[in-house]
Amino acid sequence: MFERALVGSRKYWGLIVVLLAIIGVGFICYLKQLDYGLGITGMSRDVAWGLYIANFTFLVGVAASAVMVVLPYYLHNYKQFGKITILGEFLAVAAVLMTMLFILVDLGQPARVFNMILHPSLRSVMFWDMVVLGGYLLLNIVIGWLTLDAERKGEKPSAWLKPVIFLSMPWAISIHTVTAMLYCGLAARPFWLTALLAPRFLASAFASGPALLILFCLIIKRFTKFDAGKEAIEKVAQIVAYAVTTSVFFLLLEFFTVYYGQLPKHMIHFHYLLFGVEGYTGLVPWMWASLVLACLSLYLLINPGTRRREDFLAAACAAVFASIWIDKGLGLIVPGFIPSPLGEILEYAPTVPEILITLGVWGVGFLVLTVLYKIAVSVKEETAA
Amino acid sequence: MMKVSRRGFLKATGLVVIGLVAKPLFDTLSRLELPQLSARLGTLTGKRLAMVINLKACLAKDGCSDCIEACHRIHNVPDFGNPKDEIKWLRTVPYEDAFPELKHEFIAKGLKGLPTLVLCNHCANPPCVQVCPTGATWKREDGIVMQDYHRCIGCRYCIAACPYGSRSFNWRDPVPFIKEINFGFPIRTRGVVEKCNFCEERLAKGLPPACVEACWEKKVLIFGNLEDPNSNIREILHLHYSLQRKPYLGTNPQVYYIIT
Amino acid sequence: MYDADKIITGLIIFLCLITFPIYYNIATGKAAYRPEPKIVTEEKQCVESKGYMRAKHMDLLEEWRESVVREGKRVYVASDGKQYTMSLVDTCMRCHWNKAEFCDLCHNYVGIRLNCWSCHTLPKRD
Repeated sequence: MFERALVGSRKYWGLIVVLLAIIGVGFICYLKQLDYGLGITGMSRDVAWGLYIANFTFLVGVAASAVMVVLPYYLHNYKQFGKITILGEFLAVAAVLMTMLFILVDLGQPARVFNMILHPSLRSVMFWDMVVLGGYLLLNIVIGWLTLDAERKGEKPSAWLKPVIFLSMPWAISIHTVTAMLYCGLAARPFWLTALLAPRFLASAFASGPALLILFCLIIKRFTKFDAGKEAIEKVAQIVAYAVTTSVFFLLLEFFTVYYGQLPKHMIHFHYLLFGVEGYTGLVPWMWASLVLACLSLYLLINPGTRRREDFLAAACAAVFASIWIDKGLGLIVPGFIPSPLGEILEYAPTVPEILITLGVWGVGFLVLTVLYKIAVSVKEETAA
Repeated sequence: MMKVSRRGFLKATGLVVIGLVAKPLFDTLSRLELPQLSARLGTLTGKRLAMVINLKACLAKDGCSDCIEACHRIHNVPDFGNPKDEIKWLRTVPYEDAFPELKHEFIAKGLKGLPTLVLCNHCANPPCVQVCPTGATWKREDGIVMQDYHRCIGCRYCIAACPYGSRSFNWRDPVPFIKEINFGFPIRTRGVVEKCNFCEERLAKGLPPACVEACWEKKVLIFGNLEDPNSNIREILHLHYSLQRKPYLGTNPQVYYIIT
Repeated sequence: MYDADKIITGLIIFLCLITFPIYYNIATGKAAYRPEPKIVTEEKQCVESKGYMRAKHMDLLEEWRESVVREGKRVYVASDGKQYTMSLVDTCMRCHWNKAEFCDLCHNYVGIRLNCWSCHTLPKRD
């Protein structure tokens, strides 16, 4: 089946070359980081996690969101999703791969990463996150590949695959729940210490992932003969609309508890994020951009007139993606560290090598995704013909 | 030649791989350390090392930094001269930053802005130990929270979990920033976390912690075993009003502060 | 398998080439180069026998490391009953202070890159 990735149009190879170039630049920067140390990034004494962990968190959400197309198709027999479940599963594969790479580039001693398996600590949430992410990657590769292979042969997928698919659904929820637990169990960081974090993560994941999926469907439709179908896209758009609404609702609940409760050590982090503290306002424009984009997408998605038009839908999905990337990326990680437990403020801004390494990891993800989508679309085109 | 289908070959390969992986995996999983309840509750295990800091007697307000210098010299702690890369085992912060919940408008004159020594609290219930994915940081029987620079993978989860900002990360090679290397103690490589170790290597030789020794006459720092009812440290805590940093977090710090 | 004969021939040629140094050493009866680490010390006896140290020094060092760092136990009782402080810098390197001619010589030869010295340092000595 893989040979379908080795034949393609000029545009396909052009895209591959561009992605390889981005990966190459990122890799060179990563070698520099290995040589100098993580000090090459904007991270510091007080801000121990930055852009890498921000992207990690965001992408776990994208990976988990595959369940939003898998579940209606397999559990509720919603036939319209038959064509796009494979796109959801392959998106999950690429996203999980990126989360793992982001953890790897964030490690101070990447060569010792296997200490997590040689000396595992069951009390550490990070150990369990490794377990669920690894499992999820495996599940999606197996499910995606075998269902596509069966489709190519015009057969039904093997019977044993069915329970595996059912297992992948709660597993998807688990990856994002455990990732939230990395943060929401730390009494030292009041900004994250909220039981609402896992639900918030899931809501924003089910908005950002399917939004990305819609964008990919629209792009694929333009460049190939594969069309996910108007009804399927409309349905995913509805899912995104509900999820964004829930996500914003959860965020407002968080604001209420913090600002009405007036607990200073909780409030100060939100204050830093929304208004700045002592003249330090590094994240303020970003967070307001996120909020404005969220409102805009809400308007475009709730209003059926705009939601059903492809151009408006594409704009809304891009807005959702950007809004949540900020809110759940740097907007979630950095304020956890500012001010520090001692009340000191050391602001964070990513450096150029850090950004290039980040782009490199995204490049790897997109490369894997391009190849997988190429295979999937080729098979779909053949079976349709 | 024996006819082997591709499918059959892959199946056999898969079985071989499972066979090779199963034994080491079982060995690893069968010696997992389960969380020890006794360690969390801090039951009596014979020795519980702790420190008392006499806040007002400390001469840091007059510019004294003997203890910090002794500590950082002996442990090869680099001085980067910038807060971004900074590594600190022992340092002073204003009183209000060490005890943020005690901050108000009318703090006593002697306490307002008073340089307060802060270090790893060697918590009885350390959150850093709970989160470490590799066991690179753990609590010894005598209460010292240790850091294994050989095992640390540099994920910095412990830094996120520490409510006291007591842990530092080697963002870059520290060697050029160490004034004079003490060959009796290792330096650190980039990419690992480090912190105060209560001078575990000196205690093993029967010596007091370096900071305590540097301040021996002034008696600002008192070090001892809290399990021993006749110890000096127990008597001091018995006679004075004492504070712990952020006690409401349930970490039970083993560095106590007295204000007299 | 397609082109089985070509692939197998190729594999055989590859194996011959890559194992050539071994045949060469057997045929000529001696290795082309053999590192001879120098031991410069007043002590007559290492913590364990020469043969044991040659074969197992890495295991011994790891055992020492685990014992000192993780268990806080610092005294090593050798098989002859003598006691030693478990310390790379203070015990091993007190005798084997010529790291370049002792440790590095062999390790470079067999292409092993150690990271002991990124943290453990030795004073300069002539």
